[in-house]
Amino acid sequence: MEAVKRVTGRMLPLDRADVDTDQIIPKQFLKRIERTGFGPFLFYDWRQAEDFVLNRPEHDGASVMVTGANFGCGSSREHAPWAIRDAGFRAIVAPTFADIFKANCYKTGLLAVTLPESQVRHLIDLASEDPAAEVTVDLVTQEVRGDWFAYRFEIDAFVRECLLGGLDEIGLVERHQSSISAFEGRRAAFLPAVK
Amino acid sequence: MKPTPSPHPDPPRVAGRSKTQSQESKTLGQKLWDSHVVRTAPGEPDLLYVDLHLVHEVTSPQAFEGLRLAGRHVRRPDLTLATMDHNVPTRGGARAADELSRKQMDVLAENCRREGIPLHQIGSRRQGIVHVIGPELGLTQPGMLIVCGDSHTSTHGAFGALAFGIGTSEVELVLATQCLPQTRARDLAVTVEGELPLGVTAKDVVLGLIGRTGISFGQGHLVEYRGSTMRGLSMEGRMTVCNMSIEWGAKAGMVSPDDTTFAYLERRPHAPRGGAWDAAIDYWRSLATDADAVFDHEIQLDATKLEPHVTWGTNPGQVAPVTGRVPEPLTDTDVRALRYMDLRPGTALADIAIDRVFIGSCTNARLEDLRAASKVIAGKHVHPKVRAMVVPGSATVKRAAEDEGLDAIFKAAGFEWRNAGCSMCLGMNPDILAPGERCASTSNRNFEGRQGAGGRTHLMSPPMAAAAAVTGHLVDVRELL
Repeated sequence: MEAVKRVTGRMLPLDRADVDTDQIIPKQFLKRIERTGFGPFLFYDWRQAEDFVLNRPEHDGASVMVTGANFGCGSSREHAPWAIRDAGFRAIVAPTFADIFKANCYKTGLLAVTLPESQVRHLIDLASEDPAAEVTVDLVTQEVRGDWFAYRFEIDAFVRECLLGGLDEIGLVERHQSSISAFEGRRAAFLPAVK
Repeated sequence: MKPTPSPHPDPPRVAGRSKTQSQESKTLGQKLWDSHVVRTAPGEPDLLYVDLHLVHEVTSPQAFEGLRLAGRHVRRPDLTLATMDHNVPTRGGARAADELSRKQMDVLAENCRREGIPLHQIGSRRQGIVHVIGPELGLTQPGMLIVCGDSHTSTHGAFGALAFGIGTSEVELVLATQCLPQTRARDLAVTVEGELPLGVTAKDVVLGLIGRTGISFGQGHLVEYRGSTMRGLSMEGRMTVCNMSIEWGAKAGMVSPDDTTFAYLERRPHAPRGGAWDAAIDYWRSLATDADAVFDHEIQLDATKLEPHVTWGTNPGQVAPVTGRVPEPLTDTDVRALRYMDLRPGTALADIAIDRVFIGSCTNARLEDLRAASKVIAGKHVHPKVRAMVVPGSATVKRAAEDEGLDAIFKAAGFEWRNAGCSMCLGMNPDILAPGERCASTSNRNFEGRQGAGGRTHLMSPPMAAAAAVTGHLVDVRELL
């Protein structure tokens, strides 16, 4: 996993709440056995409408998605953040995220940051009015910055450390082998095994 | 590379919690959590031990590939169980699957062979939807921590287990270490009191609840469903409620284990036996929330006022009693939903004609669900304009239903009787809606295109779906009882 410190770029204003993972990457594209190649299918059904924001040339190359509350609700498919990242996005800003989606973003090295509704509204309006406007999502200073504003965001300290360091989580857990083995020795005898 | 984050980095606790609660008083959720902590350290998530890891073909291939590339192996294949469910055709066997689906199934079989993981593959006696087979094999037991790369893993909470869905990177982590770093979630009590009226089911309890709370209220919470209504529900009904916890954003949903739980489990293939059974029962009884334990939030629901519910929109919170009408849109989301669903505000829900009926899914495809649906259609026939299908949740459910003649009732009424799988709940297999088709469905999600691009889904209980099949439109099942 590569380290993430900050993302600077133009924004894609996806002005919708409760965007579910079935929309982000419809199920017919979950049959790949790789982690890559999902980008072309991002919001596949919504992209069938010509005026869908992701089809608009003025937003080509945007790397920060700004969107409504409860983004990523529904299925646990990690294919959703894979598709978003594969399509060139490196950060998502929303008032809230669904739990599993947010966890999956961090595994993928995608910065999912929450800001209050009013600040997200400002970003969506800004991106809609001035598609060339750039923002920086800065994990070091914990702020989303533009030309004349800086919004502070909170993020779990351990998550932040892992993202900044690009740490391999399996490797981190494997350091605790002795604790894991000790725990296994304490497990109740009546617990089931599959074989 | 990172621990699962809390959605609320600094969870607010209710004032006075530490004062009103003695050191020993805990909720069911806290007991389950604490009993799985391998390691805790300041500023880090807790490292939790996983008792059962369920695996299926769609969210696991990249995880196994990650292991292989790193030269790692599955730490506990004896605590890992695989099944094929999402992609499997429900008739015609594996041959009927598209090439990519077959490839995913083949890859799962190969991964399981290499790592020594038991697999219930398509066509085998115990194959079925992952959340149906765990409980029916007796592998899902109170007190356990159960994970799966599927958001409906919350189903297993019905047994008083801590169970939640994880992403593919976490699947890889659990395969490698049998552990999962997690930030502690908050406790939310949902107390449902009173007797369910005739024609009102567990599905209506959870749909009614989501209609009141919205689809994100549960975020960051371990939900305990309590109260006389929950106590009165069968294990099947409790599974239906816990299954849809994720549909209002909850981390997990649970019901305290009781005699109903123990009666369901006793003599299941993997349930403890003899002295181990007695030891297990003693432990399971100790899991109940202590009398003076305090939850972070509480919600009450009066079951006696519930009616059969149907969804009208494109998320499970867009729901109303079937006696109601399509509402005036309040938000942009509502406006888009009505456009997608091709519905006008003010239309009586019971006037909405349907094309398809789907009785199935991890929410509602257990034996009790099929029995309830069969009672509504016995001696009746599917409306000539409707195509209806029943997809049992597992091969075991299918055999049990056939043993008591339910298949004959469904077939005589004009239903298709299929093999087990996720089927049209998510349409990753040949069972999908055509664009514009409208479906009465016992599944869990009515998202745009969920059951097929352009398809329109109305969620409801099995008896309600059966009633819709007979009449050709959404209908109050109580008119047919």
